[in-house]
Amino acid sequence: MTAHLTRRLFVTSSLSAAGGLMIAVAAPALANGAPLAAEPWSPESPAHAADEINAFVVVDPDNSILIRIAKSEMGQGVMTSLAMIVAEELECDFARVRVEYASANRNLVDGNPYQSMGTGGSSSVRRSRVFLQQAGASARTRLIAAAAARWGVGPEACVARAGSVWHEASGRSAAYGELAPEAAKISLKPEPAIKTPEQFKLIGTRAARLDTPLKVNGEAKFGIDTRVPDMVYAAVANCPVFAGKLKSFDEAAIKDRRGFIAVVPVENGVAVVADRFWRAKEALAALPIVWDFGEAAAANSATFRADYRAALDGPLVDAVDRGDAASAFLGAAKIVEAVYEAPHLAHAPMEPLNATAHWRPDRIDVWMGTQFPEEAIKLAAKTGGVDPRNVHLHNCFLGGGFGRRSVNDELRQAVQVSKAVGKPVKLVWTREEDIQHDRYRPQAALRLRAALGPDGLPKAFEFRTAVGSILRSLGWATPANGIEPMAVEGLSNVPYRVDGLKVGFALKNTHVPVMFWRSVGSSQNAFAVESFIDEVAHAAGKDAYEFRRALLRDRPDFLAVLDKLADKGDWGKPIKKGAARGLAIHEAFGTIVGEIAEVAVSDKGEVRVERVVACVDCGHVVNPLNVEMQIESGVLYGLTAALFGQITIRDGRVEQSNFHDYEIARMADSPVIETHFALSGGAKWGGIGEPGTPPIAPAVANAIFAVTGKRIRSLPLKNSTLGA
Amino acid sequence: MLVLNINGDIHRLDIEPETPMLWALRDEIGLTGTKFGCGAGLCGACTIHVDGVATRSCLLPASDAVGKTVLTIEGLGAKRLHAVQKAWIEADVPQCGYCQSGQIMAAASLIAQKSAPTDADIDETMTNICRCGTYPRIRAAVHRAAELAKI
Repeated sequence: MTAHLTRRLFVTSSLSAAGGLMIAVAAPALANGAPLAAEPWSPESPAHAADEINAFVVVDPDNSILIRIAKSEMGQGVMTSLAMIVAEELECDFARVRVEYASANRNLVDGNPYQSMGTGGSSSVRRSRVFLQQAGASARTRLIAAAAARWGVGPEACVARAGSVWHEASGRSAAYGELAPEAAKISLKPEPAIKTPEQFKLIGTRAARLDTPLKVNGEAKFGIDTRVPDMVYAAVANCPVFAGKLKSFDEAAIKDRRGFIAVVPVENGVAVVADRFWRAKEALAALPIVWDFGEAAAANSATFRADYRAALDGPLVDAVDRGDAASAFLGAAKIVEAVYEAPHLAHAPMEPLNATAHWRPDRIDVWMGTQFPEEAIKLAAKTGGVDPRNVHLHNCFLGGGFGRRSVNDELRQAVQVSKAVGKPVKLVWTREEDIQHDRYRPQAALRLRAALGPDGLPKAFEFRTAVGSILRSLGWATPANGIEPMAVEGLSNVPYRVDGLKVGFALKNTHVPVMFWRSVGSSQNAFAVESFIDEVAHAAGKDAYEFRRALLRDRPDFLAVLDKLADKGDWGKPIKKGAARGLAIHEAFGTIVGEIAEVAVSDKGEVRVERVVACVDCGHVVNPLNVEMQIESGVLYGLTAALFGQITIRDGRVEQSNFHDYEIARMADSPVIETHFALSGGAKWGGIGEPGTPPIAPAVANAIFAVTGKRIRSLPLKNSTLGA
Repeated sequence: MLVLNINGDIHRLDIEPETPMLWALRDEIGLTGTKFGCGAGLCGACTIHVDGVATRSCLLPASDAVGKTVLTIEGLGAKRLHAVQKAWIEADVPQCGYCQSGQIMAAASLIAQKSAPTDADIDETMTNICRCGTYPRIRAAVHRAAELAKI
């Protein structure tokens, strides 16, 4: 594979000062399976000019359009949805649009033309839309200006449509490709206004994903598919107990094996390097290693569970203390209280973690899939002792992210090994390393209380959570107000109308590293709150849907979603014997998602989720097809966790190791999933990668209660006995 | 020296006979469309066809493929897109895409054996793991592929 070394051919490199048109002949980036330009951007590259402000749009002489994508494609569809936003303004033929990753190195060195390339928090569309529209509008306006100048007419007499500029009065037209060199020299003051939603033509339509063709024939290049000349392979063993240390290893035991190159101590463990991955992996398995497990070798999940439950008694930090909750509880007609528990969870993306690094004293090249390209560059630079300006990240397709690829432990190790052996190294974690050395969704315990009035409606809530601190685990700063948002998201913003709300949290870390897991705090908090609301409704003798309606009377956005959900999800309609519906609704990342799960429970207690109906308010939709796919994805990711997901610790180490004991929902477990919309529009642009996940666990648990009368207060469901 | 017939090409590989086909394909030959997912035959990301039968290549010693015909995702639609690949595009199946080579190879094997698979057949046969949750679309695409294959 020499494609990485082929210099990209740019025939023209003129760039305008004002906003985003770069004219060039570009290698067909997606056509060869690599989403990044073959040659990384550098200040010396002919593609670059010092006066460039942004660089999202390239128009080829053949009128094809290259749009640069500054977020990581991990399945959530950004390569298509972000391209649609630019193309909407550009008035080009979307069938002629190609995409490639923007250069993170350029972003770091060249004044952030792509703003933040970090991909997480369901933020890609929400945080990029305005400047992507601006980039497209700016390019379009300059193409029009170029045509107008050529024809000696006013730009207002010209229109852009389908990749050409048209002067209707004279019947003349010119394709973008021929106008591009002139357009690139035009500066605009002021920048054109961007379209408002009622003007959208492409945004809001069902567009097939641009990356699909590459993903059905094996062509799509993921980090793990990287092949560079002279590359060697590394397999790594991380210390089985987190925070333990490598004491010693016996290299002599494996040094005569075929293909063996080196043993290299790395951060958190030890790597074996060989000429092939299989040989490296087998040699590592044969390497005698002595670890110093440290104090954490006594830790176990049962103790954590008791500690988290005990922590609910305080001391707690108040995240919310609104109204007079205390009085409401003193005067309550009835108090409902329940404790919920959620386990550690691994992300387990299908592509095991990997990174290919080529360290040289003055430059590092990295090939991998990362959610945070700029952070990856900084990490490689720091690890390798190289100026970040000279670190070139070749971001690849991500074989799943879900938060795991936000922090790149594998990259640090790959740079360490490459530096040690003086060659490009592809370092790959096995699935066992992935399951046992993740940064996990934190374990949590929650105690929820409601004070009911004589009408059966809650007058006050008190929510308490004890949970691992993600910020502390990552070594990141806590916000000045002392509140870790991830601990209380989904609790502090509970939408139900009550007179008093008190939300308190206790951050309690163990030696187990924790991090962002699809929908983060909402993943456990929505389970607790939406299960609890169901409990309160039953305590009040009310229907779960009608009960929520009463409590959401001030929230027309929630009501619109809830009502459509109940309608489409057949709430209240007959269902077969042994089955029932459960409902949950939750807002996360600016988007409200309600879900109704139809669940059958057999006499033996086997749970089968047969149908899930979802209703979404993300404000506006860029690509309804992609939203449907993300809801399906979010539901199944959450369903896997609800049914099976748990990481448990024994003697300081993770007990699970692969998909036989960290089970994943398969085809036979997969329900029919329907997605409906109740869009509120206006200024709202919500995220979509994560909000489908939180409601599914409580929807399923509430359905199980409706069938069996058994309340699920601890996940996963497989630990509950539901049969006779 | 192992002599292997892969996608119609003969490859002579100087590798240990127990080398799993997965790694022979990926690291020796450069056919990276076949993916490493678990290394234990649990996820199916590495699914290939051996003499037409869907096989998890991470557990298959390369020596066991000697004298047999191996087909990978790169060979499946080499001349023209296979019905399964067409159906995958029509049904907008892939998200991250990492498991899809294996899913497609499993589906191609299924419809070769059963021209009109039922949902129960799909549940039983399509056991590959997808973390993006593309199962409902895979199910629809398998049915569609069966129709396309008849045309």
